[in-house]
Amino acid sequence: MTQPRPEVLQKLTPVLTKRWLSPDAWRIGVYERLDGYLALRKALDVHPDDLIQLVKDSGLRGRGGAGFPTGLKWGFIPQGDGKPHYLVINADEGEPGTCKDLPLMTYDPHSLVEGAIIASYAIRANRAYIYIRGEAVHAARRLRNAVQEAYAKGYLGKNILGSGFDLDLVVHSGAGAYICGEETALLDSLEGFRGQPRLRPPFPAIAGLYASPTVVNNVGTIASVPYIVLGGADWWKSMGTEKSAGPMIYSLSGRITNPGQYECGLGITLRELIELAGGMKPGHNLRFWTPGGSSTPILTAEHIDTPMDFEGVSAAGSILGTTAMQIFSDQDCPVYNTWRWLEFYHHESCGKCTPCREGNYWMVRTYRRILAGQGTYTDLDTLQDTADNIFGRSFCGLGDGAATPVVSTLKWFRQDYLDYIEGRTAPRLSEKSLVGAH
Amino acid sequence: MTDVSKRVDTVKLVIDGVEVTAEKGELVIRVAERMGIAIPRFCDHPLLAPAGACRQCLVEVEGQRKPVASCTQTVAEGMVVKTQLSSPVAAKAQAGVMELLLINHPLDCPTCDKGGECPLQNQAMSTGRADSRFVEEKREYQKPIHISSQVLLDRERCVLCQRCTRFSEEIAGDKFIDLMDRSSGEQINVYRDDFFGGDGTGDGEVGDGDGDVPFNSYFSGNTIQICPVGALTGEQYRFRARPFDLVSTPSACEHCASGCSQRTDHRRGKVLRRLAGDDPAVNEEWNCDKGRWGFRYATATDRIMTPLVRDAATGELREAAWSEALLAAAEGLKAARERGVGVLPGGRLTVEDAYAYAKFARTVLGTNDIDFRARPVRATGSSTGITEEADFLAANVAGGTGVTYEDVENAPSVLIVGLEPEEEAPILFLRLRKGHRKGKLRITAVSSYLSRGLEKLGAALVAAVPGGEAHLLGTDPAVAAALSAPGSLLIVGERLAEVPGGLSAAAALADRSGARLAWVPRRAGDRGAIDAGCLPNLLPGGRPVTEAGARAELSLAWKAEPGALPGTAGRDVDRIIAAAADGTLGALLVGGVDPADLTDPQRAEEALDAVPFLVSLEIRQSAVTRRADVVLPIAPAVEKAGTYMDWEGRLRSFGAVLKSTAMTDGRVLEAIAALLDVTLNTGDVMAIRRELGGLPGSTASSPAQPAAEAARPAQPAGDEAVLATWHQLIDLGSLLDGDQVLAGTARPPVARIGKDLAESLGVGDGDLVTASTARGSVTLPAAITDLPPRVVWLPTNSPGSTVRRSLGVTAGAVVKLSAGVPGPILAEEVAQ
Repeated sequence: MTQPRPEVLQKLTPVLTKRWLSPDAWRIGVYERLDGYLALRKALDVHPDDLIQLVKDSGLRGRGGAGFPTGLKWGFIPQGDGKPHYLVINADEGEPGTCKDLPLMTYDPHSLVEGAIIASYAIRANRAYIYIRGEAVHAARRLRNAVQEAYAKGYLGKNILGSGFDLDLVVHSGAGAYICGEETALLDSLEGFRGQPRLRPPFPAIAGLYASPTVVNNVGTIASVPYIVLGGADWWKSMGTEKSAGPMIYSLSGRITNPGQYECGLGITLRELIELAGGMKPGHNLRFWTPGGSSTPILTAEHIDTPMDFEGVSAAGSILGTTAMQIFSDQDCPVYNTWRWLEFYHHESCGKCTPCREGNYWMVRTYRRILAGQGTYTDLDTLQDTADNIFGRSFCGLGDGAATPVVSTLKWFRQDYLDYIEGRTAPRLSEKSLVGAH
Repeated sequence: MTDVSKRVDTVKLVIDGVEVTAEKGELVIRVAERMGIAIPRFCDHPLLAPAGACRQCLVEVEGQRKPVASCTQTVAEGMVVKTQLSSPVAAKAQAGVMELLLINHPLDCPTCDKGGECPLQNQAMSTGRADSRFVEEKREYQKPIHISSQVLLDRERCVLCQRCTRFSEEIAGDKFIDLMDRSSGEQINVYRDDFFGGDGTGDGEVGDGDGDVPFNSYFSGNTIQICPVGALTGEQYRFRARPFDLVSTPSACEHCASGCSQRTDHRRGKVLRRLAGDDPAVNEEWNCDKGRWGFRYATATDRIMTPLVRDAATGELREAAWSEALLAAAEGLKAARERGVGVLPGGRLTVEDAYAYAKFARTVLGTNDIDFRARPVRATGSSTGITEEADFLAANVAGGTGVTYEDVENAPSVLIVGLEPEEEAPILFLRLRKGHRKGKLRITAVSSYLSRGLEKLGAALVAAVPGGEAHLLGTDPAVAAALSAPGSLLIVGERLAEVPGGLSAAAALADRSGARLAWVPRRAGDRGAIDAGCLPNLLPGGRPVTEAGARAELSLAWKAEPGALPGTAGRDVDRIIAAAADGTLGALLVGGVDPADLTDPQRAEEALDAVPFLVSLEIRQSAVTRRADVVLPIAPAVEKAGTYMDWEGRLRSFGAVLKSTAMTDGRVLEAIAALLDVTLNTGDVMAIRRELGGLPGSTASSPAQPAAEAARPAQPAGDEAVLATWHQLIDLGSLLDGDQVLAGTARPPVARIGKDLAESLGVGDGDLVTASTARGSVTLPAAITDLPPRVVWLPTNSPGSTVRRSLGVTAGAVVKLSAGVPGPILAEEVAQ
């Protein structure tokens, strides 16, 4: 393991992660000692509109992947419309490689609770939901405990801290469907229906949960709010880049020495992040990587100096996504990896629209055949065309996410495919797995 | 194309280089369709909410990164749309989706019922590839599975467009089918469970199917019709024919008074299926399962094809030549004419045939003893209101009420009384539900309980003890409030006639509130028979028989002797039966009447036995033909042309579907009349239509509304209860004979009792309850329902519950209740 150089180490900006290593920071007492619920007191003293303006000024962008400006989203909520408003926090973190929200909720759940209260106050919601992934049992337990503690201390419930503001916060565990991370499918699931994406418009800001104005935000977005309230917009903008302000939790996994979450200002490069993570694992050389989870186009070793912000990654032909960086080396096979991802997308497709439902069924089987040494040259053209027929044609982004690794690995690593087809690479799957196939 | 450019809220857009004006909010796919551009689609249906699920209709919209689904995209000012005709991107997207739809679709078109009329097949030809690139294994399911006794599902054919589930939820309100599982395993299915659930689909798919909940809907056939592939099929038609071998004929449904437009498909002289016709003003694109599948009665084995005459020597009916049978009928009627002949044409006639009966009664038989109503026309044992309904029909219904389906959909509020829309007028039910779903129509029902049908209408209930409806109409504040908004409607069912003072109260309420009144009968021929003159107090055209001027008009038109038409009101159905029973009448001329439908079937059959001479015009053997002296076979609806008048008063004309030598009632009556030296001129449908069209407008003043006193409900004592009853849509009706599969979709008969009766009887849900009168008893499993105290509801004519025959009473009567099966049977069991 190599130690990162001091100038790289300085790029760490622990904001959201700052309490993670403090013992028992998930308890309300510890949290309060570490500046907890200070931002809430400050926020309740100002007008909700000023809070929305503050978040707008800070340049905070959604941490769930799309990077939509948070203040703008809050501003879409019609005020004085006589309807109940809802805040729904998307904690259904399920993208392969993504692991920033679950540790946050496990080690610092109160920051999310505090953010939820402030955000609800800003958009005038008296009920907020945290929709947490069903499998994340431990994080959900911590979160429920935190909510209970917050109620006991008067941070939740009626007349919070004497401000006259009421809020109920409900932690809802999903039942294990990746699609429920899509915001409208999440709302359907929360309402008790089958989790499938809704038609937009109407957008959630107008008719979301129970057909009422609803803000759906990612965990990281909401957890950022207390820090912005405490530190101010200018302090927040002092981190990151002009268009991508603030710190970001980069989740590094794969062939690196110290996998984990590294919080740095937006715009840091992979080279620096790998250095922070103690370098590549011995004997491994960087070959390809995902900038923001499996549904973002893969990048290769040549992109190691791409600035990891919304604009930089976009310019490199990919998407910043959830900054879930899976690092693969020269000992990994992009074809095999793509197949594994596809099995995930195929399993998780909700089935609503044709391209995603049928396209994944087809591509998965083609990959199985290629990996069993029975691929043909035409398979590559068919795969490329099928991916093209899914991307941008499916009802929601899940289909796009499934097509993405296919297209990007075919782009960068076509030779790896040909090696299976031409017999240079030994089959990775047995023919038995293809029983019934052509 | 409708001219939308004159409307204010329009936008201009360009589709495939052509500028077009569209209504704001219109969907791109519809605008394109109006221009003649057919964008392929599966999930899209103009009467269902947009889904955007199949992605087949993708088009390119300038400024949009990705192709957009034209079935969900609304138009916008200045939008530039390129369909597959002008955009390679759109064409590629559509071809791609088509390829994906086909990879798991079985190549069983040669054996699939949809083959030849299949949107997938057709659009695969227009949009698909010649060869498949798919070389993997296809998805397979057990095929087919029953989702109800009638509907079969082949899941591997399904393209998951969700038209069926969306129809069931949005239109019918019967959400018994839904998506299950996900990804490529996603499928449509019913709730299946070994331990919970309902009656079972019986296909053994899960466990033994005992816990499965079948697709329990009166409208399930529509899902088969709108399925864009062959995934949903009907047991009745599956594997029977190929669409390209069928001959299609537009037709009108002969079952209820909803007046559905239909399409009847036949091949080699046999009707194989019926489909809902497309009539936006009436049934839109839907029909009910009874209308769709209830047509096998016409090919039942007991169909009468040859006239029958009672042999003087043996006393048995024997086949006879038409000439002999017609002569026997003519002579018998002629001999009885002096004493009097009663005419019971029934409620299933076309307007033309009803007119023939009306004219025959007046000009040949010289009587006004004619009544089409084959049902109770007043409460059991009631002596009041003898002519109440006839007066009501003459004053308030004859000539038209002017209320239409469109009025119902757009009314602010509707009050329903004496009618259970889902069971008795299913298409009116769908239109009420459409109004309710749009959120503007408020529905209030005066009924004994909030049925599932009323719940689906979001109806507010004004709970009534049967017999007490008239009083509620006069005094209940909720009733008055329901009609307070301008444009409100009062919809009255034929059953209100059984409540003394009911129709009088309804007419008065309409006057008082300003609400328009509509009357909904249960049979297709009922409404037309009124205007055709099949009532004892009305001549054709709504002319009162008692008005000399009205009679003179008709005498002139009919070229009858002046003063030949009888000038006093005749007997109604109950009195005709009574007069036949006591020997007053010399003969009866009976059309399509089942004695089991009359107030007291036993008494009716005694009358048929007693009357000296009985002529029956029937399609099949019946309780009437068995007793008749002359039986003259006539044509079922499918073998003749004619016109039904629906509850709105709208004419539903249809032509003959099958070539047939069978004659209409009018043709047979004309032949009898000719033997009695009267030219009836009703042998040809066109001739009747010309004659009806040539009748002068009635100059008679409208008769006075009835003003019978509102009755109070009966007061049951001890172990008694007041009877509430109405027909279920699928029941023992003779037009449903011959189809066990359809009968399997009937709602199981139950006896509904309130908690009070359940407690006093000591029964729970499913335990047997017996309702009895001096006549007999009905035993059914109990269903504990929120009913007024001491009220029991029984289905009128369902398996195990033939109320009129078994109990000899009608709604509002007092019956005795007991737990379990009736005593004598129990005693026999004990003796064993």
